[in-house]
Amino acid sequence: MRKLAIALALLGLWSACKPGSDKKTLPIFGSRTPISKTVDGKIVTDTIYQTIPKFKFVNQYGDSITNKSLDGDTYVADFFFTTCPSICPVMARNMLTVYNTFKNTGDFKIISHTIDPKHDSVPELKRYADKLGVTGNTWWFLQGKKEDTYSIAEKNYLVAVKKDSTAAGGYIHAGYFVLVDKQKRIRGAYDGTDPKQVDQLVADIKTLQAEPDEHIAQ
Amino acid sequence: MKLKIISALLLLIAGFFIISCENEQSIEFKRYYSEGAMVYQTRCQNCHGADGDGLSALIPPINDSLYLKNNKASLACYVNSGLKGAITVDKRQFDGVMPGNNLSPMEVAQVLTYINNSFGNKLGLTTIDQAEAALEKCN
Repeated sequence: MRKLAIALALLGLWSACKPGSDKKTLPIFGSRTPISKTVDGKIVTDTIYQTIPKFKFVNQYGDSITNKSLDGDTYVADFFFTTCPSICPVMARNMLTVYNTFKNTGDFKIISHTIDPKHDSVPELKRYADKLGVTGNTWWFLQGKKEDTYSIAEKNYLVAVKKDSTAAGGYIHAGYFVLVDKQKRIRGAYDGTDPKQVDQLVADIKTLQAEPDEHIAQ
Repeated sequence: MKLKIISALLLLIAGFFIISCENEQSIEFKRYYSEGAMVYQTRCQNCHGADGDGLSALIPPINDSLYLKNNKASLACYVNSGLKGAITVDKRQFDGVMPGNNLSPMEVAQVLTYINNSFGNKLGLTTIDQAEAALEKCN
């Protein structure tokens, strides 16, 4: 009898230490505002999350790419330029890991925006992609007006990193990889020069892809 | 009998000198190599990678011993003045631009000693004198 009690106590301890079965969820970055609306005579409160707004850029194939081109995709965004000798090769090396992990996954994309559109023309981006070994439509290198790129970078993508950076010259040069979910909400920001953080990004993409589809108020 | 003892002693002394001389050389090599590793990390690794394998077809690897051997006299200039135009490394074509680094002759000697003896390369020490001589011939 005593033995049984000890065994039960041990079992209790063991299950107390067992990690919770509820799955890990990623935080949602950006501002949110509650809205109330009347549905079928009842007042329902919903949340409007900050999402990536409309945009239009051109990819390395010369195709125009808009926010709609990414509908239904989880994606990673970053900012670079092809002639950058400092952190960009490291970022490209790390992003290649992400690309190679998910290139055969249908609903995943990478978009790398050039911040030097004057030099990085469409043919230049194509050459860069070819040399990097990037084919198909999983990883797009996007070119557009410099103001548009800077604006979407600073006002939208990099809100997730703004709070812990006061560096002059803006966050755009900081080498962040920003993770965006299918609802176009920011779910993570990772230092693209740090292989450990990029491993975390790969794990978080898998977590996001396992999330059930949901429709959010826009 | 006496002669034998004397010659044995002489041999012993000579042997001792050779060993200590080797030690000095290997200490010098290790000093260059470990300093060179630091230079490599701060000035080269971003592009050429921690394992010296470059980046796809964009940035050449530096683990092709044959290329390093064939271009040994020019390596110091490549490090400091950069490199432009098409080159073949590891049987692959590269056609990018490498920026120059403006290192001191000592740093050039150190980083070349590191590169030439890492990533599977075994090309020996580059001394500061050799680096200085090579750098004078850069254009």
